[in-house]
Amino acid sequence: MSDDIYKEIILDHYRNPRNKGKLDGAEISAQDNNPVCGDRIAIDIKLEDNVVSDIKFDGEGCAISQSSASILTDMLVGKTVDELSKFTKDELLEELGTPSLGPARIKCALLSLKVLKIGTYQYLGTELPDDPEN
Amino acid sequence: MGLSNFHDIKKDFPIFSRQINGRNLVYLDSAATTQKPTEVIDSITSYYKNCNSNIHRGIYSISIEATELYENARNTIAKFINANSPRELVFTRNATEAINLVSNAWISANLKEGDSIILTEMEHHSNLVPWQIIAKKLKLKINFIKIQPDGGLILDNLEDLFKDNAKFLSLTHVSNVLGTINPIKDIISKAHDYGITTLVDAAQSVPHMSVDVQNIDSDFFVFSGHKMLGPSGIGVLHAKKDILENMEPFLYGGDMISNVSLTESQWNDVPWKFEAGTPNIVGAIGLGKAVDYLNNLGMSNVHKHEQELYSYAIERFSDLKEFKIFGFENKNSTGGVISFSYSDFHPHDIASILDGESIAVRAGHHCAQPLMEKLGVPATTRASFYVYNDESDIDKLFDGLQKVRSVLT
Repeated sequence: MSDDIYKEIILDHYRNPRNKGKLDGAEISAQDNNPVCGDRIAIDIKLEDNVVSDIKFDGEGCAISQSSASILTDMLVGKTVDELSKFTKDELLEELGTPSLGPARIKCALLSLKVLKIGTYQYLGTELPDDPEN
Repeated sequence: MGLSNFHDIKKDFPIFSRQINGRNLVYLDSAATTQKPTEVIDSITSYYKNCNSNIHRGIYSISIEATELYENARNTIAKFINANSPRELVFTRNATEAINLVSNAWISANLKEGDSIILTEMEHHSNLVPWQIIAKKLKLKINFIKIQPDGGLILDNLEDLFKDNAKFLSLTHVSNVLGTINPIKDIISKAHDYGITTLVDAAQSVPHMSVDVQNIDSDFFVFSGHKMLGPSGIGVLHAKKDILENMEPFLYGGDMISNVSLTESQWNDVPWKFEAGTPNIVGAIGLGKAVDYLNNLGMSNVHKHEQELYSYAIERFSDLKEFKIFGFENKNSTGGVISFSYSDFHPHDIASILDGESIAVRAGHHCAQPLMEKLGVPATTRASFYVYNDESDIDKLFDGLQKVRSVLT
């Protein structure tokens, strides 16, 4: 692995994160951290008619985890709760433009997706799979 | 003797002839594990090629040879730490297993509800988690010696901790994050005045400086082979002989017995009663060779070499903007470790970009989460040095850090 993973889109979202902050009265709210490196992501989602009307993320960590959260939240406005629960890691990784993250950094990139899944499954009242981000 | 005397040393380590992304490896993670010299690697293959057999039981030549190699390694390592006798040395898998041995075999038999164990806030998880578990099981209290911002221990309230029913004290000799050398001899001597039994986690000291267990006067003393040029999977528990003799075994099975009937058994002499089953024979032999190699260099030269590298690094990095070394103010350091923050760049990003330049550093909490909390950071980047590092490694790290800034800003 090298600085190849620091694609322009990642650096752009790292330097200027979109949707950063918190939402009062969010229907979906969750957070998690990566115990290995201390990355932390929280996501708040407001719904209107079961569709994402607003979304914010908060947290701290490496460029990969934070830009991934920024990019992910950008992709979700207008999606239904059902679509959130089915959102795949491939969709996110494709957007990140870094297919070759390697096992050490993939967890950073997928932390935001894991948080999204935790929140969505909680909202739906269904049991979280073992690897929700996969 | 200065840096120049170690200059050709990379040739002794085959991994440095490997090219990674077209560049030579710059290995700065020796606090995690060290590279192995040819002598150590050859001793392993030579054992398997020439005298592979089980030890302590064989009547035939190769088994006698293997037993001799294994026990000679014990002698070499015992001398290296100035143990009173090689029979005070138990081979374990690593320092972690040695600590688990003590918590299972000694603490269980000697501490009771209401007693307390003293640890410090700078411990590696290996010298924290085993005590948490045994404390829960036996309803023991754990008290902590706190650390000050520069990474040194706060020792002025030691007696208060001792008086709180303390029966056992376990602390690290050298911090794996900051390189701080703790005044263990002084602490142990005071603990002994209160009848407290002591353990020293020496995983980060034995590889980097000369140690003398008789002078330190610890009751238990543990370290890992792979952090001192030896193979992984071999470690050492040193304990005073009367303590070992009065202790029940930790693991039971073959080789640790003197007599077995269907209903009961008697234990072998120390240290063998703590080495159940076929041990890591080749690991012990390899570690013995690693100690030979270190003895040839001279441990005072090793220590000096690391301090010279540290000074060179400090001077070089003083040009870097927003570069902060943790524990920098503490002068009592091995010099083998630099834990730093660099602007607001996350350690994982720093390590990834450095990896692109074939520079290996560690990023994370270094198995010391409570210490990270104390330093007020979730993680640091750590560059750690050993005998094979030189100024050019530091120069490359410096260039790499400049690249980090240009990529991330």
